[in-house]
Amino acid sequence: MSGFDGGLLDEADETVRIRFVVNGRKIACEVAPRETLVDCLRDRLELTGTHAGCEMGACGACLVQLDGRAVHSCLIFAVQADGAKIDTIEGLTESGLLADLQAEFHRRNALQCGFCTPGMLVNAQELLSQVAEPSREDIRDALSGNYCRCTGYEAIVDAIDSVAKERMKARSEGGGAT
Amino acid sequence: MSAPLTSLDRPNSYIGRSVPRPNAKRLLAGRGRYVSDLRLPRMLHAAFLRSPHAHAKIVSINIDEARALEGVHLVATGADLAKICTPWTGTLDHFKGMTSAPQLPLPLDRVVWAGQAVVAVVAESRAIAEDALELIEVDYEDLPVVVDIDSAREAGGPLVNPGTANNTCFRSQLDNGTVDDAFAHAAHVVEEEFTFGRHTAVTLEPRAIVAEYDPSAGMLTVHHGTQTPYQFQDLYSRHYGIPEARVRVIATDIGGSFGMKLHVYHEDMAVVGLSILLGRPVKYLADRMESFVSDIHARDHRVRARMALDAKGEILAMDVVDLTAIGAFSTYPRTSVVEGNQVIRLIGAPYRFRNYRATLEVIFQNKVQTSQYRAVGHPIACAVTERLVDMAASKVGLDPFVIRAQNVIADDAYPQTSPTGYRFEALSHQACLKRLHEIMDYGSLRAEQADLRKRGVYRGIGIAAFVEITNPSPAFYGVGGARISSQDGAIVSLTPSGEVRCLISVTEQGQGTEAIISQIVADQLGLAQERVKVITGDTEVTPHGGATWACRGAGIGGETALQATRALKRNILEIAALILQEQPSALDIVDGEVVDAATRKQRLPIFEIARIAYFRSDTLPPGTQAQLTVSHHFAPQGYPFAFTNGIQGCSLEVDVETGLIKLLKHFIVEDCGRVINPMLVDEQLRGGIVQGLGAALFEECRYSETGQLMNGSLADYLVPMPMEMPDIVIAHVETPTADTELGAKGVGEAGTAAASASVLNAVNDALAPFDATISSIPITPAKVLKALKRF
Repeated sequence: MSGFDGGLLDEADETVRIRFVVNGRKIACEVAPRETLVDCLRDRLELTGTHAGCEMGACGACLVQLDGRAVHSCLIFAVQADGAKIDTIEGLTESGLLADLQAEFHRRNALQCGFCTPGMLVNAQELLSQVAEPSREDIRDALSGNYCRCTGYEAIVDAIDSVAKERMKARSEGGGAT
Repeated sequence: MSAPLTSLDRPNSYIGRSVPRPNAKRLLAGRGRYVSDLRLPRMLHAAFLRSPHAHAKIVSINIDEARALEGVHLVATGADLAKICTPWTGTLDHFKGMTSAPQLPLPLDRVVWAGQAVVAVVAESRAIAEDALELIEVDYEDLPVVVDIDSAREAGGPLVNPGTANNTCFRSQLDNGTVDDAFAHAAHVVEEEFTFGRHTAVTLEPRAIVAEYDPSAGMLTVHHGTQTPYQFQDLYSRHYGIPEARVRVIATDIGGSFGMKLHVYHEDMAVVGLSILLGRPVKYLADRMESFVSDIHARDHRVRARMALDAKGEILAMDVVDLTAIGAFSTYPRTSVVEGNQVIRLIGAPYRFRNYRATLEVIFQNKVQTSQYRAVGHPIACAVTERLVDMAASKVGLDPFVIRAQNVIADDAYPQTSPTGYRFEALSHQACLKRLHEIMDYGSLRAEQADLRKRGVYRGIGIAAFVEITNPSPAFYGVGGARISSQDGAIVSLTPSGEVRCLISVTEQGQGTEAIISQIVADQLGLAQERVKVITGDTEVTPHGGATWACRGAGIGGETALQATRALKRNILEIAALILQEQPSALDIVDGEVVDAATRKQRLPIFEIARIAYFRSDTLPPGTQAQLTVSHHFAPQGYPFAFTNGIQGCSLEVDVETGLIKLLKHFIVEDCGRVINPMLVDEQLRGGIVQGLGAALFEECRYSETGQLMNGSLADYLVPMPMEMPDIVIAHVETPTADTELGAKGVGEAGTAAASASVLNAVNDALAPFDATISSIPITPAKVLKALKRF
């Protein structure tokens, strides 16, 4: 292109091509090396259900599943997710994986503004996939990387406690189905 | 705990029912529509260069390099925006003598707190805008900094606003009865100096705004994460000279507000101006670090108070001095003196003594502004009063329950006017006190405490009674000249399909506004709740009103919906009566069917009435004009405020070796009048209590001697986490207000109002064996160890 000044381009303009599977679909995109996964998900892929609350891994609003485990999408760069399987609240809702948690959160009003909720659900799912029978203390402990400013937490603990018991019951009745 | 109900005892009986929020499912599925999610065609992004100095002269600003960066569209300074935006001043007429300097989106020649926005950059991405910030050079010249309250009050000391006589923003005094005489003749006097740290709202979603000015239409549209879209419509219109009808403010889903998002912020005003300068949508989303240095803070009070009692423990008088530091400006348009004003007026509110004197002094300093945040003034008034009552109880030799039972205004003695001028319609301190004693199982708690003490375990039990201000009339802001409405409006329509749509001016931040409004509409019309659609938060669509703040959503917004729906029902029944050749009074609506009022026999579904009225008006008698849309406004009359009351209890354990405090259980008995949705009311109480517990134990904006915020991140500023929070036991007393049909009062501040006071009393109770006392919030481990002389 005539008149284009190559000197205007600096490293901020460089992009890297990454490929990953997001909510079950193969995606390829060009990202800047400095772009975090949460920004990539929200801005490029329009998956705005994942929220950025503190951008330093303290509040848990940005939790997503990376290869099946909960991670802070604000603490990793998009390039680090190259080749990974990412599941966000949108995909986890469509697959029905969180349906019982979502229904119980709704029934008990375990959310108000809803900004922390997707991260809270991802972490609840993480806890229940690791600990079959968490005590209320375990639940409170596990959620301590998820800030909620609205609810006072009790309804959230109640909801997760109740789903844990339901899932236990289903497992014992259904012979080990997840 | 009130478990959610799954079935109703009669059709459409929704008031008083724990029905889940219809709009919560979207949020659970990650389908919230927050302003931070919004992307518009041709949208640009703003970032702000902030002052590193708490007080400095701006000598020069060099923006040339920033402007030249690829992708940058605009670099604007204070002078650029001052050309199109008129200044604002955070004073109100009813606060006589208050002063505050005029404010502009960005400063012209001086910065007054560390973190103040100085230069704006608008670029194609936020990242490019932030890159450009690094290319801006600002030359500052340090000015003397006013940080702490004492140096701010020193005569001849540095001034926040050079050219003024002192750093005083406002002074106020109350003096009722014969205070000096009461103290002179008192059998007992207790006295304490209290400090309350600065803290801040920490909404999970930071402030977010997208402003879009269309020069071809002369139309400004602002997507704004706020509680109060109408207030901002008015302000943007007036300060940017755009006709009100051409300013539209849309507040969709909001990731928490708690009062923080209803103030004018310099960045938000700047973004509107930037959009006007560019003729394109401009987005600004505060990051968390920016939130800490630019969101309003709250509290920061030092209160010296004393209480006089007779020999039997009857409170005779209180005498109070409240000093509060509010930052460099008073916040616009609600000011920064309301908190102090409410502190001095709420102190002593549950009790029946008549002699009261208070002085309020509001002081400027070089920090970010403080202003209204959840439970404005209440936690301070409550902690001061309730701690003094406990000190008095111990001096006279009475149990905390006994001294309160002896002094609260009797439930049958209302109406009453407090010595601070508040008029109480009907409160229920006695009933609440009795109920709290039961739900705490107080006797057993005390026995357990005594047992454990012998084994070196120090538990504390604290209680705190409170009065909450809700449903404010124009006495709150209107009389002071603020264009902040105390009325609400609703437009209720029967749709052609026989459903109901309600457009209402109260807004939703997750507390369940849409749910309770749909409950009220469905209940009053006689329709299934899922047939009601509630729409909020868009000034182009919903009628003008106060919106949601100061606990007015249910009480005022709810009453508006109730009255509007009754009017719509009358209109529907008029048409039904014509069709059925009956008297309207002989008909009613149950579950979407017009029925005989007496026999409940079904006559005609309301969708038939809608069909006929909208599509076959030719079949109605000549002259009939069906009015199936009703527009209705309601402004509170009668009492200037609907006061509520309640009492909280706290059980905790203090580790006297480490100073750590473990909250064991929290209790509340609360009276918010008519309960519309018990589950949502309990959620307001729990959420409010946890915010109050955060303030009690953890939250404080800590500043260095040079006015730098030292802990402005979510890793350093401590907000309550689930593992630190107790389960909360809730009970209700219901004293509906007679000022409205609905009888509802507010409940949003009640939890926060007394949580820190009950913790303060419980910690002091735990430390009683050591003769150690604490009068400073937050109660950190260091303060506990200091009180114990172990640090």
